[in-house]
Amino acid sequence: MDPFLNLTDVNYSYHSPEGETPALSNISFSVSEGEFIAIVGPSGCGKSTLLNLISGLLLPEFGTIFLKGHSVRDAGTEIGYMLQKDHLFEWRSVYRNVILGLEIQKKCTPEHLARADTLLDTYGLSGFRDSRPSRLSGGMRQRAALIRTLVLEPELLLLDEPFSALDYQTRLSVCDDIGGIIKKEQKTAILVTHDLAEAISIADRILVLSRRPGRIRSIIPIHLEVEDRTPLKSRNAPNFKDYFNRIWKELNYYE
Amino acid sequence: MSKVSAAQLHYLAGIRRHKRIVRTARLLILVLFLLLWELSARLCLINSFIFSSPCRIIRTFTEMAADGSIFRHVGITLSETLASFFLVILIGIAFAVLLWLFDRLSEILEPYLVVLNSLPKSALAPLLIVWLGANMRTIIVAGISVAVFGTIINLYTGFKEVDPDMLKLIYTLGGNRKDALIRVVLPANIPILISTSKVNIGLSLVGVVIGEFIGARQGLGYLIIYGSQVFKLDWVIMSILILCMIAMVLYSLISLLEKKYLKRV
Repeated sequence: MDPFLNLTDVNYSYHSPEGETPALSNISFSVSEGEFIAIVGPSGCGKSTLLNLISGLLLPEFGTIFLKGHSVRDAGTEIGYMLQKDHLFEWRSVYRNVILGLEIQKKCTPEHLARADTLLDTYGLSGFRDSRPSRLSGGMRQRAALIRTLVLEPELLLLDEPFSALDYQTRLSVCDDIGGIIKKEQKTAILVTHDLAEAISIADRILVLSRRPGRIRSIIPIHLEVEDRTPLKSRNAPNFKDYFNRIWKELNYYE
Repeated sequence: MSKVSAAQLHYLAGIRRHKRIVRTARLLILVLFLLLWELSARLCLINSFIFSSPCRIIRTFTEMAADGSIFRHVGITLSETLASFFLVILIGIAFAVLLWLFDRLSEILEPYLVVLNSLPKSALAPLLIVWLGANMRTIIVAGISVAVFGTIINLYTGFKEVDPDMLKLIYTLGGNRKDALIRVVLPANIPILISTSKVNIGLSLVGVVIGEFIGARQGLGYLIIYGSQVFKLDWVIMSILILCMIAMVLYSLISLLEKKYLKRV
């Protein structure tokens, strides 16, 4: 059977008049359904480029990326993408922001719209349904942004440092929050982050990239000794710091 | 309602006082100016034949109001200004969208836009009269020519400055360039459209008056030129004052629109 998501020998370079900058080189890995993958690596190693490739926004120069046996180029809304900033539009109400994707996809059917309302309700935003986004706190904004992605019912969620614009305290709770939602909705997710602790706390496997051009240095499965694992509880697991030290070493190996 | 502290009351009183002073001072300047003008004319410090005086202007105005001619002149100028203003907005948006859609086109056209924008448009007015004839259409075109290039450049710059991540969001939601335009670029630029409009309404008026100078039989611009030729300077100065008021009223209307928009958001 085909794996859920499969990358084979993916290469990508950026071109400018000054020359060519290889960003990713020979990236191959698979993700199975329901898995939560985190990608870490030094800054500028091509983490975000990798997400853009998986989302189909960029095309790899060589190599293939398949989601359930089809090229991601044709995947459309099977892939949800959450950006660093929530980019809720101030000229729309929270509800109209949430259904932005449905509008674009021309999927404003009663069922889909009802689902948007259910999600707002489930995740505590129904009270702000008709407010402007500026009334929401940083955490609520990210939740609204996630719901905007979830109403399109993507099979795969791509998260590009979605918490990095938040202050530390909010960040911990929002990470817990969003992690919980993704588990509950049983989504497969790939998170790009530069925060090792965040990656370990939330992921089932961690992909460590090398400096530019990014190659896979290692793939580390995370098994934390903790019951009812949530990102916050994970941080208290006895072997949390062992993983931290191991990945820290991986990242600094060649420095 | 919660109780307001003394310090807060004091602060609010301070703000009110400041606003009162500004309002009073503004009014005072106007009153003083008019008084001084009238007095200097009466005391023959200035020649009221050349400099007119507030009373002479009021008299001229009532005379022209009686036969209705002044309303015709104001109406013509106003409608030409509004027509060219709305056309500038339409043409400006259309071209800015076109340039935004076609990157290469905007790069090709850039130097031409810059030259046309810096060209003194009053230089075009005589040509327009020859080409299009001495009619209302020519004057509206003159009004458009003054404001349109700046509008295109301003709007296009605004379009280009939209956060690329916002566009990316649209693409990640499966949208295309048309979606990006309609759902992000245009709504994000409404504040820029309003601020451009504030400038445009004045520029349209300038263009219309220039047009009326050389190719009209009615309108305030015509009245100014005709008045200066027959040495009826009361007409000239009255027209200028009316132009001031028109400019102020039009500007306030757009400010009102802006306030309304900001409140909605």
